[in-house]
Amino acid sequence: MGAAPASRDVTSYGMGLAAPLALFFLLFFVAPLLQLFWLSLHNDTAGLHWGLGQYLHFLTDPFSLGVLGSTLLLGAEVTAVCLVLGFPIAWLYQRVGPKLQTIIILIVLLPLLTSVVVRTFAWIVILGRQGIINATLQSLGIIDTPLKLLYTQFGVVIALAQVQMPLMTLPLITALGRIDPNLDDASCSLGAGSWRTFFRVVLPLSLPGLIAGCTLTYAAAITAFITQSLIGGGQMLFMPMYLYQQASTLQNWPFAAAISIIFLLAVLAVVSVFTTLGRMSRGYGGA
Amino acid sequence: MAETQGGRSLVVDAVTHRYPSGALAVENINLDIKGGEIIALLGPSGCGKTTLLRIIAGFIAQTQGRIIIGDDIVDALPPNKRAVGIVFQNYALFPHLSISENVAYGLAARGIDKATRQREAQRLLELVQLPAMAERLPRQLSGGQQQRVALARALAIKPSILLLDEPFAALDKNLRLDMQIEVKRLQRVSGITTLIVTHDQEEALSMADRVAVLSHGKLEQFGSPSDVYDRPETLFVNTFVGSTNRMPGVVVTADRTAAKVRLDAGAEIIARPAGGTLSEGGRVTVCIRPEHLQFVGDETGFAGVVGMSLPLGATVVHEVTTADGSGVKVSQARIGETRALENGAAVRLAPLAPSLANAFPATL
Repeated sequence: MGAAPASRDVTSYGMGLAAPLALFFLLFFVAPLLQLFWLSLHNDTAGLHWGLGQYLHFLTDPFSLGVLGSTLLLGAEVTAVCLVLGFPIAWLYQRVGPKLQTIIILIVLLPLLTSVVVRTFAWIVILGRQGIINATLQSLGIIDTPLKLLYTQFGVVIALAQVQMPLMTLPLITALGRIDPNLDDASCSLGAGSWRTFFRVVLPLSLPGLIAGCTLTYAAAITAFITQSLIGGGQMLFMPMYLYQQASTLQNWPFAAAISIIFLLAVLAVVSVFTTLGRMSRGYGGA
Repeated sequence: MAETQGGRSLVVDAVTHRYPSGALAVENINLDIKGGEIIALLGPSGCGKTTLLRIIAGFIAQTQGRIIIGDDIVDALPPNKRAVGIVFQNYALFPHLSISENVAYGLAARGIDKATRQREAQRLLELVQLPAMAERLPRQLSGGQQQRVALARALAIKPSILLLDEPFAALDKNLRLDMQIEVKRLQRVSGITTLIVTHDQEEALSMADRVAVLSHGKLEQFGSPSDVYDRPETLFVNTFVGSTNRMPGVVVTADRTAAKVRLDAGAEIIARPAGGTLSEGGRVTVCIRPEHLQFVGDETGFAGVVGMSLPLGATVVHEVTTADGSGVKVSQARIGETRALENGAAVRLAPLAPSLANAFPATL
């Protein structure tokens, strides 16, 4: 280790240990990102004329802005569904016996153990015209004609929520597990009902996990190329697919690069909003 | 600044609780507590004292029996409707709320307006001598200060009963004494009926008006500290509270007030039949505390050989081996120049008074 000259401070470690990873990131992340940015600053596909034309084009084109908007909205919807469904599971996990805990964690982790492609095809089977949901509802006589579930926003949100659920529940389980169970009893003995206890004690103290979960779910949902494309089909266009089309099909590399940069900034903006919300709350640090 | 809510009485009426597994947590507990009393629930861990506390608070619904606070049977009320204040062992302060928000929490739950809440929180913080801490967070306070805040928070809702769960266990020795005095002072000021759960007998004896000793879910004795210490009703109470020498023997003659017991160590002594009459010829265990044994010069008492003497400051403890091979401890106050006893010296021992030797029927 390079550091530590005369006096040996056992609490400090040489930065050299991080060098391989730093080099890896530099080569395969920072450099391509810079190249991407450089590419986006060209007005023509051949890369001869410098300018902000690609950005101007995106930001003045209602279609492009629409794709960006619907992608960000999709992320918000998926995050909301994951939060509403995931919080009770995480809450339950902290209140059941060890046997049920194992079962819950298995159910939560199961989506991570199968490939995204497999899970997405399963959703096609479930949501399709002749799929499980429609077949069941029809045989029960609840509906006459099959509902359109596949290739809809609803279908994409539900499928993405299932795929990304572990990203929400795992941080929540950790955060809720850190809350002293006596706080529940203390709140109750002071006269608070379950809702007051939830909103004044449990929710504020679980905020770090909640924000981590929302950030992860959001980022994963809006960039989920496979699920978005397969469940959304050709009728719904989100940023990853838009980007893919511009780069691969139309060979418009500078525009694709500009889309990437704008998308990246949009995601960063949303994530920093989450983080700021977290800082504003005082839920950090335990007793 | 008297808190005039006055203490309400608390009756634990034939309470039995069975775990879902079928095991008994507490069995047929009866406590009749007057308004304004301090009661200690004393027992080793696992004796059911915390379960009883949680039953009174309403966190556990007992299998049988009733809890009566004042004139009300509260069994049907959830914890948030019982107006029972609790101080938890780890204080359980809300880490994300300031000290004054913590104290005002119960008032907010009762829908009291913000100005009144803040005024009341400040008044209580003055009562527990922490007026300057209102804006701090719990983690910025020391253990003793956190406990004062927990007390203030529990008192803020003007509870009819105050429950303290091992309140001093996490404090170091000096601070513990300070807080015990503080709690007694607050209890006097507020006149609130208080129940302290503890496994620390000194704490129970020093703080409580009456002590309820529990073992294996059963109430062994409920009486004043001096009753529990000097007139224990069961062998468990005698051995758990304070230290004692257990000497086996046989009853020679017995009536309701006195029993003549022939100790296995030799010698006949007069003992108090504790917890009922004894049958003649039956085996008994006689308990004599180390400080209730004395060295005697004449031929009374039983013989022994001094093994070791430990000077413990104000007292000297001698270990004496008796004729039947068992060891007893004798504690002597160090008055003037206590005669040093040599290792191997032959001595004779006798209880200070017959009422200080307690005879219990021997359990098989």
